[in-house]
Amino acid sequence: MGEVMEKKGAIKELWKGLQALAWGFSTTFIHLFKKPVTEQYPEQKRSLPHRSRGRIILTRDPDGQERCVACYLCSAVCPVSCISMQSAQRQDGRRYALWFRINFARCIFCGLCEEACPTLAIQLTPDFEMTRRNPMDLLYEKEDLLVEHGGKDKEYNYYRLAGVQVTGPKGSHQGEKPPVDPMSNMP
Amino acid sequence: MAQWTEAVFLAAIKSALVILVLLGIAAYLVLAERKILARLQVRYGPNRAGPRGVLQPLADMIKLLTKEDTIPAGADKVLFLMAPAVVAATVLMSFAVVPWGPEFAFGDTKIKGIVADVPVGVLYLFAMSSLAVYGVALGGWASNSKYSLLGGVRGAAQMISYELSMGLSLAPVVMISGSFSLVSIVEAQQGIPFALVQPVSLVLFFLSSMAETRRIPFDLPEAENELVAGYHTEYSGMRFGLFFLGEYVNILVLGALVATMFLGGWKGPVLPPAIWFLLKVTAVAFLLIWIRGTLPRFRYDQLMHLGWKLLLPASILNVLATGAILAFWES
Repeated sequence: MGEVMEKKGAIKELWKGLQALAWGFSTTFIHLFKKPVTEQYPEQKRSLPHRSRGRIILTRDPDGQERCVACYLCSAVCPVSCISMQSAQRQDGRRYALWFRINFARCIFCGLCEEACPTLAIQLTPDFEMTRRNPMDLLYEKEDLLVEHGGKDKEYNYYRLAGVQVTGPKGSHQGEKPPVDPMSNMP
Repeated sequence: MAQWTEAVFLAAIKSALVILVLLGIAAYLVLAERKILARLQVRYGPNRAGPRGVLQPLADMIKLLTKEDTIPAGADKVLFLMAPAVVAATVLMSFAVVPWGPEFAFGDTKIKGIVADVPVGVLYLFAMSSLAVYGVALGGWASNSKYSLLGGVRGAAQMISYELSMGLSLAPVVMISGSFSLVSIVEAQQGIPFALVQPVSLVLFFLSSMAETRRIPFDLPEAENELVAGYHTEYSGMRFGLFFLGEYVNILVLGALVATMFLGGWKGPVLPPAIWFLLKVTAVAFLLIWIRGTLPRFRYDQLMHLGWKLLLPASILNVLATGAILAFWES
């Protein structure tokens, strides 16, 4: 009796196996007549998401000033040390990068520089087509990196929110309340 | 004397023709495989070299021929250089006994549609397919690389397991047709192809020769996710190309054998014999590509299990049953 049961199980298994095989083969056969989903890259370019990580740019604030204050945070956080710069100070006390260089032959497009930047100056763009035959051509200087717009957050201006003492009286930053007279808190 | 030279001349011309056609078809089989495989996986496949990628085999050949031919340090040079040639040569040689057409008259000489009508053609084929595995095993050993060695060992073990059931699966065909010659086997299928008489043999032969040709799902010797590329890991340039060529000519040989033994060879209505033969070979090749696009690879113990515990007993039983029926028929 037990043997018969076992035999029945084996036949059932075999039938199941054959069904699975037929299912697999029919799936691939149907695929044969489907239109391929491949994107033919150089001819068909798909628009990448806004936040995808490609070529790095240095943006300007709404006034058209360079956002970068040469704080070295991006350079410090860069895991492959591909960012280098030299800081300098303007007459009005505002800092800027004397020179700013990214070695894209080393860059791994991790986006940590963008995260570290306190002024939203350094940003990654969806553009990734930047291969060159000569690795020296991948050294981007400040004039190659600097763009004429604000990148992802066009309205942001670091100096309206925090920063230097020179632009106005206390309480003139965006979202900042005027200073409180401690004497008015008296009971 | 004149007859003798004429025969040699004829054989030389025929073998040159067969080899050229075979290599041409094999080159385009590679393209066809890549294209069909791509479509099975909803991709396009190669479509850059020439219109729809028709020049891809040419581009591949130029690439392989101009690439550097490296020999790894510590390799056994003679064997390393010889192994790909063994694979390619044995595979090409096995096509000598495959008939592609009937006897036809050219002027007043009669020409057989086969390079050499050997009376023991089936045995010759087995000999050649067993020799081909020496190329795999030696190439794997001579490379002085652990991956290659593992691939070569697997190739040899697989060959031993599947050679037996492959031979036994053809025994019923030989018993029914009463001859080892492939021409006679085709002639014996005048009325009805052996695929209908011996369906079990067909399945057994197809499975075990698929394992012999090291195709997915039996491509353990070159399992790329565990052994890089198995026995041809260390090969580069045209030596790798020869292994590759051997593999694809092997598919054609397998297709030709299935066509000859089970599908009635060149026989068929309306169309000329060579075209029928080609059609049948192409159908088998397509089936192989389809299988490659569908099935995953066997685990090694599953491979051995299938060979020794399923295919071998089944083929022995098949031989016994066929023998019993034949004996009953004759008495």
